[in-house]
Parts: sequence; structure tokens; C-alpha cells
Amino acid sequence: MSEVQTVENMVSITIDGVEYKAKEGEYILNAARANDIFIPAICYLTRCSPTLACRICLVEADGKQVYSCNAKVKEGMEITVSTPDILAERRAMMEVYDVNHPLQCGVCDQSGECELQNYTLELAVDSQSYTIQDTKREATNWSSVLHYDPGLCIVCERCTTVCKDMIGDAAIKTTKRGGASLDKAWKDEMPKDAYAMWNKLQKSVIAPSNGTEHTNCSDCGECVAVCPVGALVSRDFVYTSNAWDLKKIPATCAHCSSGCQIYYETKPASIEDRTEKIFRVTNEWNYVSLCGAGRFGYDFENRTATKDATAFAATIEAFKKAKVINFNSVITNEEALMLQTLKEKLGVKLINREARAFQRFLGFYSEASGQSLYTLDFKEVMASDFVISVGSSLRNDNPNARYAFNNVQKLNKGAGLYFHPVGDTLVPTFGKNIEMFTHKVGHEEAALLFIIKLFADQDKLPDSVKEQLESDFVELLGGDTAKFEKAFEKMMKKKETFSLMVGEDLYFHEKAENLAKLIAVLEASSEVKVAMIPPKTNSLGVALICDLDDEAEGYTIGYNESGDFKLSALGDGDLDMPAMNQQEGTLTNMHKRVTPTNAALEYNGYVLNDIIREVASAPKETIMWTEHLPVSKGFKAVEFDSLPNHYTNDGVEHRGYLLESISREAKEISVDKFDDSNALEGEIAYRCNPQRQFNDFSDKAHQIFEGFGLYASPAKAETLGSKVEVEFANGKLTLDVIVDERMEGDIVAIPDFKSAENIYELFAGSRYQTVTIKEV
Amino acid sequence: MGLEQFKNRNVGTQNYKTLDLDHTPVTGMGQFKQVVSRTFKPELFVGLWVTFREMINALFRGKMHTTQYPFEKLPISPRYRAIHEMLRLLESGHYRCIGCGLCEKICISNCITMDTRYDENQRKEVSEYTINFGRCIFCGYCAEVCPELAIVHGPRYETASEQRASFSLFEDMLTPIDKLNLQQEYQGFGAVSPNADENIKKTPLAY
Repeated sequence: MSEVQTVENMVSITIDGVEYKAKEGEYILNAARANDIFIPAICYLTRCSPTLACRICLVEADGKQVYSCNAKVKEGMEITVSTPDILAERRAMMEVYDVNHPLQCGVCDQSGECELQNYTLELAVDSQSYTIQDTKREATNWSSVLHYDPGLCIVCERCTTVCKDMIGDAAIKTTKRGGASLDKAWKDEMPKDAYAMWNKLQKSVIAPSNGTEHTNCSDCGECVAVCPVGALVSRDFVYTSNAWDLKKIPATCAHCSSGCQIYYETKPASIEDRTEKIFRVTNEWNYVSLCGAGRFGYDFENRTATKDATAFAATIEAFKKAKVINFNSVITNEEALMLQTLKEKLGVKLINREARAFQRFLGFYSEASGQSLYTLDFKEVMASDFVISVGSSLRNDNPNARYAFNNVQKLNKGAGLYFHPVGDTLVPTFGKNIEMFTHKVGHEEAALLFIIKLFADQDKLPDSVKEQLESDFVELLGGDTAKFEKAFEKMMKKKETFSLMVGEDLYFHEKAENLAKLIAVLEASSEVKVAMIPPKTNSLGVALICDLDDEAEGYTIGYNESGDFKLSALGDGDLDMPAMNQQEGTLTNMHKRVTPTNAALEYNGYVLNDIIREVASAPKETIMWTEHLPVSKGFKAVEFDSLPNHYTNDGVEHRGYLLESISREAKEISVDKFDDSNALEGEIAYRCNPQRQFNDFSDKAHQIFEGFGLYASPAKAETLGSKVEVEFANGKLTLDVIVDERMEGDIVAIPDFKSAENIYELFAGSRYQTVTIKEV
Repeated sequence: MGLEQFKNRNVGTQNYKTLDLDHTPVTGMGQFKQVVSRTFKPELFVGLWVTFREMINALFRGKMHTTQYPFEKLPISPRYRAIHEMLRLLESGHYRCIGCGLCEKICISNCITMDTRYDENQRKEVSEYTINFGRCIFCGYCAEVCPELAIVHGPRYETASEQRASFSLFEDMLTPIDKLNLQQEYQGFGAVSPNADENIKKTPLAY
């Protein structure tokens, strides 16, 4: 965890007579868990607010019964985990949970990884004292991926809690169950908390919160992950495998720069086909939350690859005459280092559009700030209480950034500012203290100047910035000055830590250098610290390892991108490459962490290392490059096999290692004058992927349904028709119009996840482009 | 712990009786006499008579004691563990297997595999089930662990076939639907104990 555990913020507590240290202000349950003490708890989720649905975490603190998930530790507190009273309560609660619970453990998808089963055994429930008439509850499909069986549900509300506090969709809620009501006579007969718990349980069931049969959410499947019983399962997984049959392979998700911890769970595909297949993806849900692409977009492996010697010989020839290598960020650090080695030895040029933009931006930033990396990681953003987002479509660009923004509002009583040209109906629902600015495209500098005006210490500002702060930014950015000032006063109450997230819009901005300088000014003169969202999976790693080029011409080798000779992990190129779930190696994620990933599936073809060995020189295995990652850029010279990959009970992440930020002399900053006439006008297209799409690989997965089309707000879509031709300055596209109900305004989004469509070329180095749209 | 108990290697109570046997002859003459007397005693002819009598009985009186395998077979114990059988529910005729996968899990020679799916009736359906009899060691764990008494061992011990696959599919092992009335409850390891009814506790059903 990022917080430094100093002596000052630690208190001592006594649990069952033994003294322990705990962080001040922490819940008793978390303090106990951090010290490896077991307190039973079903409904509590680390990183989410206490639900108090199960009440089973009851303990005695200083002689009083409290819920350990909800009571904070105090200096000298004496805690007893079990007293006879508490044991009686817990036993009654478990008996209540077992009332009418279907005895179908044999076929249940939880297959023994069931918390209801575990706690029933833990508390030795061997008889049942309570009864009530059962209510008929039918299993339903909530969405294209979610399957809910209310008969199995124990209404612990973990799914609703995670959906609201972490994901931000709040797409499900508890609703009335109907059926028999509890006999009041129980009230005198049974323990108090158990009765209260049962009374609530008997009345509730989980349902989509929009009042329909189906959830309108981002289909992240986090509710499935947290379900303690088999009530919530993904539709694809229902009744296909037992948990114990699956082999867990610890890995890093390869879809976006969050680099989440995941387990690929594999077993042979069927009786006839004994090749390993990924059946599902699970995660350490107490410490990491996945998005829909991570959870459901796992079957993108290159199945057809074989060792084709002729294709390999042709590849070697191609590499010998290659002038350019065109690749993207879905690549491991090791492969990036191989490509960099090729550049050094053979003089090829390296092209990676998204990583290059990020590299330039990061370069400008470190020149101005004197640090090689941005200050915060996203765990620290999540721990702050005022979060600002500029230049990123929060809902689409990076799920973890969005979860952080939402979590700050829900858990830290936080506030947020959201600057983006594309309106969004979801972001304002994250919390009460959110101000959203739907500004004009090209006014990103104004947004940063405005933040400087709000937060910076005026004396520390360079003159070139100070003189620009006079104008009324609220009005310019499309807000109401009087209303904002009132709201802002409320937002600033009791706020201590401030964070700023910046996204891809700024990296591809015409004035990227100026924006990077403004961010450095903001950091130097205020409490606001910055975190950057790398545009694609390993953009940060590529930006640090490779010396990328802006433009290049000549014979091009495309690695998962277009080129004269194509290496492809999708199976459609001149030589097959392994997909990310077939490779081992490391990825650098947005938390500035180098995380290991392992091969989940077999791969029979050639890998990049084989090619490099032929044309230059390479060690035996790809992972032998890991220890040679550039130390001068913050990497460490450690072997791949020594990298840890787990979380400890107190939530500390032990996955790989953190990059080191290298300090140097900061240059004096002088910023350009902001010109508000630079705003784009007319019909504008925005390069932005739908929620669960990131690249060709997520597109290949069979449970990801978001199509390649023109995404528009409902109002805009109505004016466009069903199919349109979009004309750019240097080309045109014909696309189906897809309604994104959470978009607002006139800007339309065009995805870039299909590399074959060359969307980056059309947008010509920017994320926004004026276009002409015609119905066809 | 003392080691005394390990030092007494006489198991059980020692009640040996010495048999009253003739003394072994030591002289050459004595040995010769013994051979002659044993050779010409009528016992030889008693034995030959018994064989002759049984031959007559078997050939002419129809009193054959040899089992005429493969035309005849001996009854075997209900606990005998031969080729597996898949039983059906007596009332509905539906197969008993619920696809829980416990047999697959417990199988020590890793020879059981099953594929399951979500069927139209929202039930777990076993779409494929196979036992690799080349690997099976007939230990009986699968029958023991089965919560539904669905997989049991049958009496079919003749496991010679032109193809190994002849036994190993779900349909081969399943009681034919027209022979459901002949289906026997398995008495072997893992079967319900005779006093099972006494051990059942009532669930409170007050409403």
C-alpha cells in the first residue's frame, strides 16, 4: 500500500488478549485481517463501504457488541472475537441463511468455493431451528453475460455494493421479494441481530435497478466475482465446469493499461478435444476490480499456429530488408526490448503511434517537472478525496481510472471535477459533489489553467501562467459561474488530498507540450498531484523501453498492425505470433508497476525471440530479457522467475515491482498563451472505443459484443439514421450507427480497436477531427 | 509409550495341540516297509473309485459340478466391482447423474471425464460422460462418492472387446429404458446403509 506506515498513524489494539498494531481509522475487521486474525464476515468488501447485511462480523470491543466491518479501531481498544452471546448470534444467523437454501450443492457452480458452505461448517451448524415458507424465485439472465438465480441468493448485497461503490454503475439493487412475512414470535425467541438480519433478508432479492428485467450496465461481471454463493454466474460458465477442475494461471490482463491481476482458469476443452481452454477469468476481487473486457474477453489465443519453417525463413528475409517495424502497445516489455535491440543493431525505425504520443507527453512533463514518471499511481488516486479528470473519456478509456473516480466519491466523501468535450450521463451519478464541464474541443489548456486558478498557490506560479488566470474560465468551459462558485465551496470542505488524472486527449493534443508544462506548474504550486492514463496496454513500458520514431518510410513489418510483412497473434498474418494469454513476460501498467504474466495456453509456433535470435542475437527464452530491462529508465535488473505475484491479507500488492521515478533538474517553465479561438467547430468525431473494447484481441473474444460502428448519443443518433458515411480529410468510412445511451451531445465516437481499419491514419495524430457525416 | 507390546510376537491365545503322527522311519528297512505299505494299501483304489463314480454321475446322471462357463455363470456378490453402471430414477426413468463431477474429481487413475451444460429446463445436463477402462483400476471410489447412487459397479466382469470404447460411453453404461423394471439397487460400497431411515432428521416445517 502506498501510505507510509509511520509510528504516528499506528495505534495498538488487543485482540483476544494479544496486542497488535493497526492503522488509525481502520475498521476492526481490516485491522484483524492485516494481522492474520480471522473474524467471520460475509457481506464486507475491502475498498467498499460496509453494507451491514450479514451482521456476522459481530465482535465485542471494549465491552460493547459492535460490527467489526463498521467500527474503527481506537488506541488501546480491547477486542474479543467470540463471546457466548456472539457465538449464539452467529449460529442463529447461519441457520437463517440455510433456511430454504436449495440443497443442490452438487450442481451449483460455486462447487465448494462457497462462503455459505464454509461458514455453515465453520460455525458447526448441524440442525435447523427456524422455518418459513419458501417463495418461488425464477432464474433470469440480466444481460448478455450475467445470469442470476435468486433461489441461491443470500442477499448479502455484495454485488450491489461493488456495483455502486467500485464500478459506479449502480445497475442492481435490492428489491421486494414478496411471499411469506416473518412470524413476529421469532423476535422474542431468537437472538436480536439474527432476527433483524432475517427480517431484512426475507423481504429482499436482487434486481436490476432500472426497473426492467435487464441491467443497463457496463457488463463488467464484478458482481459475479464477489458473489459468495452460486447465485450470480456468467451465462457462458453456467453448469460447464467445477471450480476444482480448473487450473489457475496467475496473469496480468492484457487489454488496457490497468494491467489488472487475473487468473486464467483452464481445463481441457471437452472429452473429444483435450487441448486446454480458458473457461473463465477470476481475480482477487478484494483488491482489484476488473472490467468486462478483462473478465469476459479471454479467448483471443492464436489457436492455429504451427512451426512453419518456410514462413519463418520468409520472416527472416523480411527482417533483413526491413526499414520499419510498426507495432502497438499490446506487447510485453521483453518484446519491446527486443525491438529496441533490433533498432540498435539493424537501424530499423520503430513506429507505435499511441506509445509515441504518450512518450512525447511524458518527456515534456519530465523536462518541466524533473521527474521521469508521473507522481501518483491509481491506488493513490483512489485514496485521495478530491479527484479531477481532464482529457479522458472516463467511461471508455480506462476502467480503473473510472473506478478510482467513483470510489473517491463513494468512500472518501470526496468531490470530483470532470472536464471532457463529450457529455456523459454516468459520471455525474457517481456522487453529489461532482461538477462536469462539457467544454469545447481544444479548450483543454483552459481546463488546466482553471484548475491552476482553483488550487495553486498564486505566489509560486511563473508569470507566464499568472497573467493568464484573469479570464472567467467557468463561462468559457461551458459552466455557470455563480452556481459553480457555490458548489465549489461545498466541494472543498474537509478535503486533504487532491489528484488529477489526465488521459489520451492531451497526449494527442496539438499543444501537448504546453499542457504537460501546465501540469508540472500545477504540481509544483499546489497540493494536486497527477496520474496519467497510458493510452493502451503497455504504452508506458514501450514509451520507456523503446526509442520510437515519428515518421518512417520503406519496407514495413507490422506486428499486430498493418505492414508489408505481417506478424500476427490473430492468426491472419504472414507468420503467427503468440497472443498475450500464450506468452510469459512482464507488462508495465498505469500503476507504474512491472507485473509478470504467465502463459495460460499452449502455443506451438515461433515467437519473436526466435526471430531476433536469427537476425541479431538473443538468449534461449523470452523471459531472459526481463533482467535486461533498462535500469536507467526505472526498471530493475531482476530475473522473471523471482518476481512475486500475489496480495497479502492487508491488501498490499506483491506483483512484480514498482518502477523507480528518476529525478533530475527541472527546467524553468514558460508556457504559451492560451488562445480560445483554437476550438474545433462543426461536426466532430472522437476516437474512442466502446466500454469493453480495447483492441483486436478483445474484439476476437466471443463474449464481447460491442461492435465496430459509430457511437452516438440517443439524440444525435436519431438525426443520423442507421448507417452513415463518415468523411475525413484523408479518407472515409461507412459505419453503422450504434446508440450509446450514456453519451450526451453532438460529438460522435469512432472506435480504434480494429487495427485493420487504420483509424489512427484518419485522425491524423489527433483524437478529435472534423468530419462530414452523411446517411447512406 | 512403552515398547513392550511390540516385543510379544505371539498373536492370540496359544492353544496348540500336537498331532499323534507316526515316527519317521530312520533305517533303510523301515523306509522300504513304509513305501510298500503305502503303495499297496487300498486307498489308491478308493481314490480311483471316487473319480470313476463322479465321471459316471457327470456323464450319465446329469450331476456335473463344473460350471459350464461361458454358458453358465456363478452368482457374484452384490459388492463385486466390475464395469460401471449408470442407474435411472425408478419413477421418471431420467438418469440419476446430476453432473456434480465428484467421481471425476475422486478418480485416482484420472479415467473419468464429463462435459456438462445448462439445458433448456435450467438444469445441469450431462452432455458427455466417459470412463477410460484402459486406466480404470475398479477401486470403487466413484461409486462410493456418488451422492445420487447414480454410478455404481455392476456384475459385468467380462471386459474383453474388440474396442475399448465399447463400454465407456454414458449410453452403454446406462440402464436401458425398457429394462428399467429390472434395475437392481446397488448393495456395494457407498450404498445406503440398512438403517439409513433411522438416521434421518426432520427439517422443521412449521408453516
